[in-house]
Amino acid sequence: MSFVPASTAWFAHHEISLAWRDFLMMMTGGRRRRGLVLALVLAVFAIFVHLLVNVLVVRWLQAGLHPDKETLAAITGGGFLFWCVMLSQAMESVTRAYYARSDLDLLMSSPASMRRVFAVRTGAIALSTVALAALLASPVINMLALNNGPQWLAAYGVLVAFGALSAALSLLVVIVLFRLVGPKRTRLIAQVIAGLIGAGFVIGIQAAAIMAYGSMSRYALLDSPEFVAAMPDISHPIYLPARAAMGDLGALLVCLLLGLGALAVVTVVTSSSFGRHVLATAALGRETRGSNHRPTIFRPATPKQALRRKEWMLLRRDPWLLSQTLMQILYLLPPALMLWVNYGASAGAFIVVVPVLVMAAGQLAGGLAWLALSGEDAHDLVATAPITARTATWAKIEAVLGVIAAVLTPLLVLMALSAPNLALITAFCATLSAGSATLIQVWFRVPSRRSMFRRRQVASRAATLSEAFVSIMWAGTSAVLVAGSPFALLPAACALLALLIAWAVRPRTQ
Amino acid sequence: MPTIADAPALRISGLSKAFDRPIITALDLHVRRGEFYALLGPNGAGKTTLLRMVAGLLAPDNGTIEVNGIDARRNPVAAKRQIAWVSDEPMVYDRLTPTEYLRFVAGLWEVDSKLAQQRSKDLLGWLGLTPFAEQRCGGFSKGMLQKVALAGALVHDPQLIILDEPLTGLDAGSARQVKDVLRDKVRSGVTVIMTTHILDVAERMAERIGVIAGGRLIAEGTLAELRAQAAHGRADLSAASLEEVFLDLVAESAAA
Repeated sequence: MSFVPASTAWFAHHEISLAWRDFLMMMTGGRRRRGLVLALVLAVFAIFVHLLVNVLVVRWLQAGLHPDKETLAAITGGGFLFWCVMLSQAMESVTRAYYARSDLDLLMSSPASMRRVFAVRTGAIALSTVALAALLASPVINMLALNNGPQWLAAYGVLVAFGALSAALSLLVVIVLFRLVGPKRTRLIAQVIAGLIGAGFVIGIQAAAIMAYGSMSRYALLDSPEFVAAMPDISHPIYLPARAAMGDLGALLVCLLLGLGALAVVTVVTSSSFGRHVLATAALGRETRGSNHRPTIFRPATPKQALRRKEWMLLRRDPWLLSQTLMQILYLLPPALMLWVNYGASAGAFIVVVPVLVMAAGQLAGGLAWLALSGEDAHDLVATAPITARTATWAKIEAVLGVIAAVLTPLLVLMALSAPNLALITAFCATLSAGSATLIQVWFRVPSRRSMFRRRQVASRAATLSEAFVSIMWAGTSAVLVAGSPFALLPAACALLALLIAWAVRPRTQ
Repeated sequence: MPTIADAPALRISGLSKAFDRPIITALDLHVRRGEFYALLGPNGAGKTTLLRMVAGLLAPDNGTIEVNGIDARRNPVAAKRQIAWVSDEPMVYDRLTPTEYLRFVAGLWEVDSKLAQQRSKDLLGWLGLTPFAEQRCGGFSKGMLQKVALAGALVHDPQLIILDEPLTGLDAGSARQVKDVLRDKVRSGVTVIMTTHILDVAERMAERIGVIAGGRLIAEGTLAELRAQAAHGRADLSAASLEEVFLDLVAESAAA
């Protein structure tokens, strides 16, 4: 297919080809056979998830899914939470579109229309947001359609409307931030907003459920009679997306018109300033950022101390890290609240909290360990220092585990006041989880730039998968341990086996 | 019997390294203490690989490396204490200031903190970085970053400085500052080994020049000695520039 060079269709074709190649590379690592195996594995996984979701869907259908207030309120509440996640993802993508340099320098230096580039990139953001959301929601939608009729497929249309609306709102927020706080602070604030929207609403509902019902399930609130009573009357337009998802084509049309219309209007209004804002962000790399108000003091330090101090200083000064780990830290808030609410109560309430803490410790440690071990910007400097590689690695591991300890200790102390045994189990399993994630990062370390943090999952899928799996297994171990069951050995053995496999498949470099 | 004090700054014997093809093949090299030695070679000749092995960044397949009499393969930590490595890509942290960076490097090499503070101040002054000493390196130009990296290499007072294309991307003023600092170091007895594609610099600064091609040291000596090796009695090379001599030696090696 050939398009007029530099036309909107030509740019769209270029973007789609690049995105497709990126996706193929990410999935197959450039090997076709691996792609086939992966496709098979994904197909099996998709079938498994669909079957799992089917159990839930059948239960809903047995309880009755009619367009009454209870159902519409629950779908609206759930849909709103889902849209928050989509909005968060779109905000991330929009920020990246303005700040990531990659090919923007080439495009900016060409006579091509930046309006067209912007329009195509905006469309791509909306599309990718919809694609990810559709991927996540597809088991529920498909099983509803299979069990209750194809009208449920209209939910995909609602996702398209949601995706377009998310992209439009994200653009507006970023442009407003540019005007209010300037390009220097927009990136950080947009990242924080994205993190807060993505996790904040979900966690907020969870927090409300904990306060009201003592349950960490967010559906405890959405299903509650109080929530249903507080929602507007059934004829209110707030239920349009829910009605559309249930197959009301008129409602779907309105949703699509609103979403796509908003995106079109915002794109037209903001596209003229795209080039100007990109130029403003390009200047940021040239500015000297941050300075010390007090002169640097030289204190005696061993090489290990010097390395640990350096790691902590870099972590403290990393603005991206804030948003990158914000979600993980935010997910610790509901358990913290649960601890607070149940302070002094029976230990039973903590059972839900323990695995969450263990899982969070592993995930946080994995990210920080990547930054300290692989994201070492002066790799040659550390490698040529008169210390052994083991000393350098240990210093970095200590720096990472020190941060984890600092985050978890207040929660553990709070827990220990009420249930010392559970605190001990949590500390033990969190240490194993954080230690395992760090160990995996040691085995899979690949010298890289710190700024590549966001693409670390792409760089090593084996590391990412084993890290997630091992964290889940240690979380499972802790959950079974607090229940006092000897079956805790089972997930623990799985975690150890996964570690062994990760060690066996680790890359071997000279 | 020779002692460590008499040993050359760098003695390499039978060094080999191969990746998917041989990069360095049975290479021997001696560099005297207090000498400015320039290593030249076409792209892909193996210069960087050779120097990375000396700095301890790559493990050789075969051969020995001695730094000031210390076997770098058997006792890498002691050897590294003597060496500073500066690559063409400055290894500096965006979010540290030059002073913080020097404090970190001094910590790695266990330099006394008071001494490190004084040296940092002096080095930043020599390299014209004092006004930027407390600003984060994130927005620095390539030249400024290269000077910060050089200051980091010198803060622990190394006896052997290895520089891989240190002048790439520097403006004339910055290049002059770097060259002046290196000359001062050589005058004070420090050994400098530098790769460069700027042959004028090698011609004017180096006491001896080594030419590598295809992973082998094909010629070595002063400019006059190199001319003699290249000329083989040809009169047209008796007053040739280093560039002409270098091109002739490389072409001869490729033909062989």
